[in-house]
Amino acid sequence: MLILVVVVPIAMGLAALAVPSARYRPWLVPAGGVLHASLAVVILTTDLGQPMFASWLAIGALGRVLLGFVSAQFLVCSFYAPGYLALRPERSNRMFCAALLVLLGTMTLVVVSHHLGLMWVAVETSTLATAPLIYFNQNPRSLEATWKYLLIGSVGIALALFGSLFLAYAAVHAGLDSSLLFEDLVRDAPRLSKPWLHSAFVVLVVGYGTKIGLAPMHTWKPDAYGEAPGLVGALLAGGLTSCAFCALLRFVQICYAAGDGALARQLLLALGLVSMAVAAVFMARQRDYKRMLAYSSVEHMGIIAFGIGIGGLGTFGALLHLVNNGFAKGVMFLTAGNIHRAFGSKTTDGVSGAIRRVPASGGLFLAGFLAVTASPPFGLFLSELTILKAAFAGGHYWPAGVFVALLAIVFLGMASTVLGVVQGTPPAAASGRYRESVLVVAPPVVFLGLVLVLGLYVPDWLHRALVDAAAFVETAAAGGLRP
Amino acid sequence: MEGGQLIVDLARPILQLVFVLVVPPAMLGVIARTKARFAGRVGPPLLQPYYDLARLLRKRSVFSRTTTWVFRAGPVIGLTATLVAATLVPIGDGGAVFAFDGDFLVLAYLLGLARFFTMAAALDTGSAFEGMGAAREATFACLAEPAFVMGLLAIARANGALSLSAFLGPSVAAHWPSAGPSFVLVAAGLFVVLLAENCRIPFDDPTTHLELTMIHEVMVLDHSGPALGFILYGASLKLFVFAALLIRLVIPITEPGWAAWLALAAGTFAIAVAIGVVESTVARLRLTHVPAFLLAACLLCALGVVLLVR
Amino acid sequence: MHPIFDPLLVLILLLNLFVLGSSRLRSVIGASALQGVALGMLTMTAHGELTLDVVLVALAAVAIKGIVIPRLLHKAMRDVAIEREVEPLIGFIPSLLAGALGTALAVIFSETLPLLPAHKGSLILPSSFATVLTGFIILTTRRKAITQVVGYLILENGIFIMGLALLDAMPFLVEVGVLLDLFVAIFVMGIIINHISREFRSTDVARLSSLKEE
Repeated sequence: MLILVVVVPIAMGLAALAVPSARYRPWLVPAGGVLHASLAVVILTTDLGQPMFASWLAIGALGRVLLGFVSAQFLVCSFYAPGYLALRPERSNRMFCAALLVLLGTMTLVVVSHHLGLMWVAVETSTLATAPLIYFNQNPRSLEATWKYLLIGSVGIALALFGSLFLAYAAVHAGLDSSLLFEDLVRDAPRLSKPWLHSAFVVLVVGYGTKIGLAPMHTWKPDAYGEAPGLVGALLAGGLTSCAFCALLRFVQICYAAGDGALARQLLLALGLVSMAVAAVFMARQRDYKRMLAYSSVEHMGIIAFGIGIGGLGTFGALLHLVNNGFAKGVMFLTAGNIHRAFGSKTTDGVSGAIRRVPASGGLFLAGFLAVTASPPFGLFLSELTILKAAFAGGHYWPAGVFVALLAIVFLGMASTVLGVVQGTPPAAASGRYRESVLVVAPPVVFLGLVLVLGLYVPDWLHRALVDAAAFVETAAAGGLRP
Repeated sequence: MEGGQLIVDLARPILQLVFVLVVPPAMLGVIARTKARFAGRVGPPLLQPYYDLARLLRKRSVFSRTTTWVFRAGPVIGLTATLVAATLVPIGDGGAVFAFDGDFLVLAYLLGLARFFTMAAALDTGSAFEGMGAAREATFACLAEPAFVMGLLAIARANGALSLSAFLGPSVAAHWPSAGPSFVLVAAGLFVVLLAENCRIPFDDPTTHLELTMIHEVMVLDHSGPALGFILYGASLKLFVFAALLIRLVIPITEPGWAAWLALAAGTFAIAVAIGVVESTVARLRLTHVPAFLLAACLLCALGVVLLVR
Repeated sequence: MHPIFDPLLVLILLLNLFVLGSSRLRSVIGASALQGVALGMLTMTAHGELTLDVVLVALAAVAIKGIVIPRLLHKAMRDVAIEREVEPLIGFIPSLLAGALGTALAVIFSETLPLLPAHKGSLILPSSFATVLTGFIILTTRRKAITQVVGYLILENGIFIMGLALLDAMPFLVEVGVLLDLFVAIFVMGIIINHISREFRSTDVARLSSLKEE
């Protein structure tokens, strides 16, 4: 069953290459999303999701949360695709639709693979699958963005492999069967050679951190998110970075199981704060609102890393934040895409008065801004508050103080750009033929609704799943797999 | 056979001195012949450098009125220093004429002394061309000397001795299997240093007639007669010194007997041919690229040291 | 270990330094091809016995790293008609020095790690670290896209060597994975370089600077 949830989207993606009609091809994407979501629901609610291929594919507590999240996020985004592609009839959408579906398959594979080598292959493939998506606009700027993304991403992946090899060496040196199966590594973790484990973790943080977009390995993000279509930005910022984080978390779990969590925590704490600081600096006076969203993604990945670095309740908060952030980014990127279509410009020089020109998208953009900067009653407020509470409870007063200060700076920086986009009068050149259709407005509304609901009331099943996942991460040795 | 041993012991340094005094100009002859053959010509006779030396010694030196004693002393001190340096180098079978701990540093300094007086004599003429040559020579020496010393250091480290005769002696052959890669690197580095120090292509063209492109040639532009003869002979001696070190590293045959001398002769010939081949096939480096190349040689020797130290 | 193992590793280290100091694209690509061939030979001598999969992986390494990828790069070079790398961000001589320093650090660092008995005194781990570092330096300081791709190639070579160190323990999955990853990545990068050259009429990535913070 687990194999289906990976293979079906990829097969549909390859099928999309063969569909001749450009009008109907985009509908394969929501079809794939629906199929994937149904498979995910089946796996999560029944016990059909058994480990396969000698536990190469398996789904544990962390995997359940992420599978559900990825599936939900793609489902909502996928309904945006036909509407968006209908607005871009001048481009061929063959590669785009195929890549979207293949991306879904590879993201799922990252989440469900418990063989770290296979997981690495999945991350690599997702990088390659994303390249044509970023290049959709096919102008010099998007070419530059794709080049940087591919180069930096490939280096990160290579370093991740390097780190995995270090880990294997640690196992071999301890006289163990060198296996890259997650269960084996967690079980044998206390016996792994410590210097190798430490070196492995540092290299892995740099490698997978590149894919997550933690500073200082984030330099591809502003360009890639800035030049890619809004839909792609939503999927990357919400889905792919979360999957990369899941990959990193596996290694964090191994460190915890080895009793060596201190290094992991300190590193993630530091990188989290650095990412937030970088985001705060670069968001000030940012005139390009898509790049601003990219830096926001860097910031939120930093927050999640900070949460994991705090540990305990912080891990729960971080995982809750991962889900909230994914949905909030969905709102922001999709509406940013709409605004871009409406005004034909990506900077505040060419865009103003969005709330008048495209009321739905402008309003959603503003509401999304409030959500992303963690204003109550949205969900991110709850998750960030949880992380802060955990920080104070753990005695990390100075980091918590810096955390709050940076959040405030980010709020100010983002506000100036967002308000510049939303308020004012639309420039004369902006009255185009763009009309808001249901298909491009409904998905952001759904995302916003989800974030709002999560802020007001976290459903029991979700709460339990997150608690289980957090416990799984913290005490991986005892956690084991859930059928 | 004590008497026989005594004779052999006395004969060895004399044989070494004779070899050192007589053979070096022949290297120049071999190089010239090799280059000519590459160019499709027959080339000058192998003993041509001897004829040149004899001719120069017969002539009279002309000294410019602007020069001082430095100009006259330059060639003399250069030749003397190089001769003393040559006595420190182990050749043939057994050790060098003089051997003591740290003599490789004395070697480097003696060659440096010779170079210094050549440059001083060049500057003494007051001509712009010579000054330019001296400046270039100083710059390249700054890069070539570390490479040279580091190469010798690597060999010293491998053999655990501090005297040229000791670490370029019988133990080299014993250490080749274990320190092989390191020795290869050092040999390559020393060969590059040999080319650089002796003003061969790709660092300097000994046959160019354009002053602006000369380095060594331009420094000795104003010498004539016996002084020029000293310089020519000193240059060949210096070439032989470097070649001898390289031969001892690459062909480590040092048992008493004629095998070592045969190896020496063959090695000298081989190196001269190799220089001729390099000069015929490689183009001269742009002056701005020379530092990078010398740095690479330095790094080769440094890598050799690193491989031995770990 | 076969006696030719360490000299091959030294050759790889020398090729690293060569690529760091060279400005001619043709020789840089040739050096990386030679590294690929050396890696193939390393693969064959790493294992005690020559089984079929050892030979296959070695041949694949030589074919992909030594022939196919240099061909692709040469073709890209011809398409954009460039022959030389321009002065990199930190200059050729500082690059050489950085590479040499990196090699020394790699040797020191691998001494501090606990090694398997088979690897004590061998150059395999230092050369792996040094090659990864060299690839990294080239990637971050060069301006031409083709040289950056060669830097990536060298990075992957370093990882390949590390995989060879784990040969007895892990199956060839790693080697095959790296080779495949390399092939696909280079192929895609080659396409991108092609597009870059068409759009910008050059592959000087310094020109790819319109996307930056104002």
